[in-house]
Amino acid sequence: MQHFQETIRSAAASQLPLRIRGSGSKDFYGARLEGDVLDTRSYRGIVEYEPTELVFTARAGTPLREVEAALTEKGQMLPFEPPYFGPDATFGGCIASGLSGPRRACLGATRDFVLGVRSLNTSGDDLQFGGQVMKNVAGYDVSRLLTGSFGTLGLIVEVSTKVLPIPDDEQTLRLEMNEKQAIETMNRYAGQPLPLSATCFVENSLYIRFSGAASAVSAARKQLGGETIDGKAFWQSVREQTHPFFSNSGTLWRLSMKSTTAPLMLGPTLIEWNGSLRWISVDADLENMQSAASKAGGYATLFRAQTRPKAIQYLSPTMLALHKRIKRALDPEGIFGPHRLHDEF
Amino acid sequence: MYDEEELKPFECDGLSAYRKLPLAVALPESEDQIRAVLKICHEGRVPVVFRGAGTGLSGGALPYEHGLLLGLSKLKRILEIDPVARMARVQPGVRNAAISEAVAQHGLYYAPDPSSQIACSIGGNVAENSGGVHCLKYGLTVNNIMKVRFVTIDGELLEIGSEGLDAPGYDLLALITGSEGLLGVVTEITVKLLPSPVKARVVLAAFDDVGKAGQAVADIIAARIIPAGLEMMDKKATGAVEQFIGAGYPLDAEAILLCESDGSEEEVESEISRITEVLRATGATQIRVSRDEAERLKLWAGRKSAFPAVGRILPDYFCLDGTIPRKQLANVLKRIGQMQDTFNLQCANVFHAGDGNLHPLVMFDANDDDQLHRAEQYGAAILELCVEVGGTITGEHGVGIEKINQMCVQYRTPELTTFHSIKHAFDEHGLLNPGKAVPTLQRCAEFGAMHVHRGEEKFPELPRF
Repeated sequence: MQHFQETIRSAAASQLPLRIRGSGSKDFYGARLEGDVLDTRSYRGIVEYEPTELVFTARAGTPLREVEAALTEKGQMLPFEPPYFGPDATFGGCIASGLSGPRRACLGATRDFVLGVRSLNTSGDDLQFGGQVMKNVAGYDVSRLLTGSFGTLGLIVEVSTKVLPIPDDEQTLRLEMNEKQAIETMNRYAGQPLPLSATCFVENSLYIRFSGAASAVSAARKQLGGETIDGKAFWQSVREQTHPFFSNSGTLWRLSMKSTTAPLMLGPTLIEWNGSLRWISVDADLENMQSAASKAGGYATLFRAQTRPKAIQYLSPTMLALHKRIKRALDPEGIFGPHRLHDEF
Repeated sequence: MYDEEELKPFECDGLSAYRKLPLAVALPESEDQIRAVLKICHEGRVPVVFRGAGTGLSGGALPYEHGLLLGLSKLKRILEIDPVARMARVQPGVRNAAISEAVAQHGLYYAPDPSSQIACSIGGNVAENSGGVHCLKYGLTVNNIMKVRFVTIDGELLEIGSEGLDAPGYDLLALITGSEGLLGVVTEITVKLLPSPVKARVVLAAFDDVGKAGQAVADIIAARIIPAGLEMMDKKATGAVEQFIGAGYPLDAEAILLCESDGSEEEVESEISRITEVLRATGATQIRVSRDEAERLKLWAGRKSAFPAVGRILPDYFCLDGTIPRKQLANVLKRIGQMQDTFNLQCANVFHAGDGNLHPLVMFDANDDDQLHRAEQYGAAILELCVEVGGTITGEHGVGIEKINQMCVQYRTPELTTFHSIKHAFDEHGLLNPGKAVPTLQRCAEFGAMHVHRGEEKFPELPRF
């Protein structure tokens, strides 16, 4: 901690940017990577974990696989199924990136499970927001603001998350259909009381995962029909983007939008989250992709590209102004990951 | 409105111990009017307090005597229901329960269900990040809204969130949810709807010891069950409820648990039998499982009428809202019990046991100044105890004016400074709900709270007055 504080204070004094980094597994994401690397990996270890409290606390540098191993041992899990994108991904990076996996539409995102964050600000002050309890509405929700901020608002040093039991049973079905039918089917099932835990459409197949009590899972499977497959490998390949769909592209777009949006016909597409997340592999510019997404109540992100883009997301002028004010409020010296998320802050 | 008679109904919210008349009240009928009113207030530097249904329990809508009270009650239309995409777009004055009523025909509902849901408004829910009895499984308001239209003090309109499951840039939706009217006002909310469970059953379990009831809660979680609802009441609370409505609670029990399972037929049957097994093993003296919907509703009716039932014992009560790590339950309840002698007042306890959210009800007679004073001290002591054991001063009711001093106990100068910087980013002149939710450093110095954090730091940098 002292080392972090000294590094931050000296960077602030000389106004030199810092790039907060765990293993670098999410380095591909963002507009620009600026500044000296502040490596979090030396600050590691599980701080507190009592399974009956459903609360898990660890230091930012703890490898994500150690976090998941500790939880698995007690029959619990991170409910948001975070992607690693690299074998040495850290817990801090997982929270700072805020990315969620296949279970997100059914159980919630990273931000939904973050209970508390301990962080360092530009002055090196040791801050604690939220806590280790399920409900806390004292003060603004800075823990969730830091989640997904990619290290641009402060250094996350310790995080508490809510965890959940691993479901007793999981089964995956594959149904053959086209994209339009798949979007309709996903939305229809999401509106029914089924033990749904993930959906994915790729290459004319709709994959549906059920999780829960064995009796409920098999009842749902019987109701839907289709072919039962070994789901584990499939969902892992979607979560980690190792599925062949992701290998054939230079540029990968992530479009988040209203789940019922009809096929966009912009390029090869993989759909998750009951229709509200569309991965599209196509060379296009942000303006066009944003325009397609915003017509559907959403927005586009340039997720992976061969060359670093100027911007990965579009913010309206009023939103951009507010973002700059928030960035200035939390990082007045502007040292934490400048321009990682946007050209202008 | 500016006649004293017209202002009177707005002098307090659900925390009626605090009352003030605003300078004027405005009840706009549209977003454009809200923007226009805020622009005028911004130019004239007039403080503004927002008010939804006025059911808040922490005084968040207590008027400011030199300011405007802006009520959202006329904006009560459900604008759009999209059953296929499972979302509804509503105005802020829509009652929480009205959303679920309107979408029930599609087999959907809106999950957060604060106990005041027949009266409280969705705009107020967003401002307070309201919970309810089902939030262990289904989350709070912040987990169940997708998008808002949000107006800042200078009349600027922002769309925060999206119709997808996330939004570009920082998570501003989380930041403004629970911000207690200090950052701006929501003029439209898109909520997420869930499929209604096919079935729900509740188990009532009685215990001869509070510690055992607390252990039963931990054991249920340890058995990898996340119940839809998990509530506890102590003997004083069940006694009050039985006199009031006769829910059929055993009167000799030191504590009772209500544990609900919902889902498909198969899920509920399997979960109920596992819950019953755990409760038996933990030493429940009595276990009852609801046989039909009428019995289930009757068992819940007792829990839901706990507040008014306690209100019949003495004319006034403070409903506190601390959250603690569940393992501290027996310890905290014991110490709250002991404090009854210290302050010479009675306290009944109801508890969202699943998520550790405690609602001690400190009973008093507000006509007796000394009792009111002791009740305030008792409440403050309970909240400080919650912080001491690793919890928080408010789980779902908000800080408002009621717990403003206890914020100095929970947070230190650097965190409070961060909150003020955020406030400044939205509301440079501090016009929105001044004096609420986040105390000034000066106030904390005067309050004299000494927060010892990890046994090392105090408030050396603060001037004392």
